[in-house]
Amino acid sequence: MTKNEKPKFAMYWADSCGGCEIAVLNIHEKILDVDANFDVVFWPVAMDAKYKDVEAMEDASILLTLWNGAIHSAEHAHVAKLLRKKSKLLVAFGSCACEGCIPALINLSNRTEMFDTAFSTLSTDNPDNIRPQTSVTVPEGVITLPEMYSVVRTLDQIVTVDYYMPGCPPESHQIAAVIDLVVQVLQGKAELPPAGSVIGAGGSTVCDDCPRKRNVKKITKFNRIQFIKPDPELCLLEQGILCSGPATRNGCQAKCPSAGSPCIGCYGPAEGVVDYGARLMTAIASVIDSNDPDVIDQILDGIPDPAGQLYRFNMAGSLLRASKAAWQGK
Amino acid sequence: MSEKFEPVIIGFTCNWCSYRAADMAGTARMKYAPNIRLIRLMCSGRLDPTFVLKAFAGGADAVLISGCHPGDCHYVEQNYKALRRFHLLRRYLTQMGIEPARVKLVWASAAEGAILADTINKYVEEVRALGPLNWPTMEVKLFSAPVEEEVAA
Repeated sequence: MTKNEKPKFAMYWADSCGGCEIAVLNIHEKILDVDANFDVVFWPVAMDAKYKDVEAMEDASILLTLWNGAIHSAEHAHVAKLLRKKSKLLVAFGSCACEGCIPALINLSNRTEMFDTAFSTLSTDNPDNIRPQTSVTVPEGVITLPEMYSVVRTLDQIVTVDYYMPGCPPESHQIAAVIDLVVQVLQGKAELPPAGSVIGAGGSTVCDDCPRKRNVKKITKFNRIQFIKPDPELCLLEQGILCSGPATRNGCQAKCPSAGSPCIGCYGPAEGVVDYGARLMTAIASVIDSNDPDVIDQILDGIPDPAGQLYRFNMAGSLLRASKAAWQGK
Repeated sequence: MSEKFEPVIIGFTCNWCSYRAADMAGTARMKYAPNIRLIRLMCSGRLDPTFVLKAFAGGADAVLISGCHPGDCHYVEQNYKALRRFHLLRRYLTQMGIEPARVKLVWASAAEGAILADTINKYVEEVRALGPLNWPTMEVKLFSAPVEEEVAA
């Protein structure tokens, strides 16, 4: 591993889908810059390496670690602490690491419900109703599995994070720009942004980048995109389609609304937003076109799952973090 | 814990009506329960749901939001926005396992000191009956399963 003097690079996945890794590969020939400038020492999805190899490294010997995935098990937490110790720069890479993303929607249920859904639903062949155990004795000895937590957490709820790179997944052009920046820093041509910054994204909202026409918004009914044919030019929210643009950080070039699909908020809270869902609530509830509590309720029936809709990517990073069912354990 | 549960309620009041109503209740020496901590906003329309969530995450048992009567808003129609947000917020809180009765929206004009004091007193008893919320505070790093041992060197 010490074949040359190149700085070391690591990438890890925790509770995630693997899309972040694909996004890294999607930077095409820029990936050669990673190879030219870094010594890749640990990247489970791309190469064979063991935790003990990382444990044997000197503290802070990895220059850059990109961490994707949320923290959902004792293993994730263990590796997070390990990589924090061994890395100079730890980047929460992608929505799961930054704010929990889709895996954190499990924070609306308790652990029993999660296991039941995974192991006893109609599509699962599990006649003995077996559940994963943290420790099982078999003739050959004891085999163990890491404990699943009942609450999914963000990376920075476990360890200190140096930079945040939002997106589900981060856009490849943004990844390429960040890699360019790190390479320039290595060559002494640029400086790192202040610790704790959001990198590879804009400082405004998706609405700011959205090419659609905007007028005064008045919503009398929430529509679902599959049931209507939206006007191709007009703001989707004005057409009653719940678009998360007003609360979401820009950086994606407003790809979804440009293509006729509402923003679902994968770039996370816009600059200065404390609670993503609360900001979205503020934006969408205020344009409901009624002053009558009953009619307001009727219109709100058009959003059947407010928690899932408003916090699709941000449950773990929200102020409440998890439902009572989840944090009570079980 | 044999001590009587004293709920902590955060009250958001509008500068032009309910804050003055509370002020009037005080000037007239009307008593209302000390369980409520009033915070003055310029308008109920300023109430970002973030404030409510932060109150719960920070240990409050309930939140009372008060504004001008419909049609009386100093800023024309912002209290209607508060009303709409309140309805959506309550739906979200229910999904999170927080009883919707832990947020209350009341209209109180500047002249309604007695009504506001009475509403506060009744609400304190309602929340007392609900019991403590005890939401794990933001300072508690981790809920439920503890994160095990520190990584060995």
